[in-house]
Amino acid sequence: MLKINRNDLPSLFAAIRQESDLYLPVKTAGKTNFAAWDETAQVDLDTLKTVKSPKDAFFPQSENLYSCHQEGGKTQIVPETLREEPFVLFGVRGCDVRGIQVLDKVFLSNPVDSYYAARREQGTVVSFACHAPETSCFCKVFGIDCADPEGDVVTWLVGEELYWQPKTEKGEALTAKVRHLLSEADEAVVAAEQTAIRGIVEKLPYSNLSLEGWGGEAAKTRFDSPVWEQLYKPCLACGTCTFVCPTCQCYDIKDYDTGSGVQRFRCWDSCMYSDFTMMAHGNNRTSQMQRFRQRFLHKLAYFPANNDGMFSCVGCGRCVDKCPSHLNILKVIKAFAKEGV
Amino acid sequence: MHECKYNPGFMRDTLIPQVGIITDIRTETPDVKTFRVNAPGGGKLFEHMPGQCAMVCVPGVSEAMFSITSSPTNKEYQEFSIKRCGVLTDYLHSMQVGDEILVRGPYGNNFPVDTELKGKNLLFIAGGIGLAPLRSVINYCLDHREDYGTIDILYGSRSADDLVQRKEIEEVWMNTPGVNVYLTIDRPQEGWDGHVGFVPAYLKEIGFDTNKVALLCGPPIMIKFCLQGLMELGFSREQVYTTLELRMKCGVGKCGRCNIGTKYVCKDGPVFRFDQVDELPNEY
Repeated sequence: MLKINRNDLPSLFAAIRQESDLYLPVKTAGKTNFAAWDETAQVDLDTLKTVKSPKDAFFPQSENLYSCHQEGGKTQIVPETLREEPFVLFGVRGCDVRGIQVLDKVFLSNPVDSYYAARREQGTVVSFACHAPETSCFCKVFGIDCADPEGDVVTWLVGEELYWQPKTEKGEALTAKVRHLLSEADEAVVAAEQTAIRGIVEKLPYSNLSLEGWGGEAAKTRFDSPVWEQLYKPCLACGTCTFVCPTCQCYDIKDYDTGSGVQRFRCWDSCMYSDFTMMAHGNNRTSQMQRFRQRFLHKLAYFPANNDGMFSCVGCGRCVDKCPSHLNILKVIKAFAKEGV
Repeated sequence: MHECKYNPGFMRDTLIPQVGIITDIRTETPDVKTFRVNAPGGGKLFEHMPGQCAMVCVPGVSEAMFSITSSPTNKEYQEFSIKRCGVLTDYLHSMQVGDEILVRGPYGNNFPVDTELKGKNLLFIAGGIGLAPLRSVINYCLDHREDYGTIDILYGSRSADDLVQRKEIEEVWMNTPGVNVYLTIDRPQEGWDGHVGFVPAYLKEIGFDTNKVALLCGPPIMIKFCLQGLMELGFSREQVYTTLELRMKCGVGKCGRCNIGTKYVCKDGPVFRFDQVDELPNEY
């Protein structure tokens, strides 16, 4: 176990930045989100949750796939170059680390998405235990321990010290580069912090919500439930839940006319939108109830059916905080627990 | 070009298309054209199996999934029979021989021609443009004639002018031993002395025996009533195959659009047996 004083973090960030890009929670105009670090960045390690999850580091909101243009009457295709420069993603909460593991299941399964894979290969994830989990947090429901998150390096902020423990080869490599800034630390401090965190988690209102009835089987047993019809009505189809979600990965592929060619890009999309499944000859999900049901059954039934029981919700609670009509996955889970269907 | 390091076996990411040249355009019906596509240096863009699909793109217009209507046994080119019904298909219908399009694929599974269909009597039932995916299988089976039993083809459309591949049907399929072709059109028409009536009704009228595997493609309403008809004739759902069609963007089971239950139609389909279709939520 290593540590660094909080006041020395700017020199740690500068040392990391000398070797590679560094993305971490930065406060801009009152909102904290992952952003590139420089000396002027207002690093914010106190806000528990960034507004958006850090998924853009591996799966950007918008990215070019290739461009094509005409050359001597022939179409030329120029694939976008894949990320070749290493980067460090610092301050990722345990729930968001699981979010990345969920995205891995999608993008690294055959056929591998090269754009995503290149970023995963170049990225080192420094996770950050949650000193003070909030009431909208429910990561424990999905077996995530925010007191001991996964990651290449795991860190804990206890008092004025940031504790640092490499967990993987990548984490060891990063640690070696900044080792001169870190000093040996007492593991007992971290153990006590973990106990304190788990104590808070235990008292959170949704930590022990039961997932009984969810998982692969729910694909059949809960599709025709009357609960969907009762629940979906406040949904405005704004898609906010999908954009702040660490695991939502639905995307669109579109063209941008550059004037001298066409740039083909992909961007986040949302299954909550009415045109998501629309075809020239019709739409297989015409009602918001169907779209609402699709999102939650995908997270709680279809995804686990295909991925050894892994749910594609991580309990970060962003949708709980951000939905303008107070609809969220907790309400879905609770409604089914009550109705039992 | 070097091999894509993240995708062993692929030359590059599966989202990157190849340039294809339109080398022939046949006007099949007032709203269906068949496009022949070659690689710029000649030959095929890739190998495929019957039932598989490919993403066809016109840069700046759009991209969509189409079934490959030519058989893999055709070693020279690939064909797409495309009905004019949206932004991309409108544009494709305005294109000329020699024009370039972008193609990526092949995507999806295929009809099990080398396993479950091998040695069987086959019954193909198609409606309208639904013949496009089945034509690939039919020609594959005709080119491996000894591997299959009798072949019955029941094909119907709105009018005689809406039957696609009519020349091939009359000149090749109807003249192959052991192949029976039944054509029908919805309403009587001058110059048509064949059968008149909807496909499901004609199916029951002919009354096929159940020692067959049926392959069924067409508009949803036709599929519904033909399936009913097959059940009445004594077929089981395990004996009937079809293809599903949903909105697709990536073609590799990641963009989420064609997700239905635990399946992605682009990757796990488009070919499903009806007992497999029954397992899916009723959302297709």
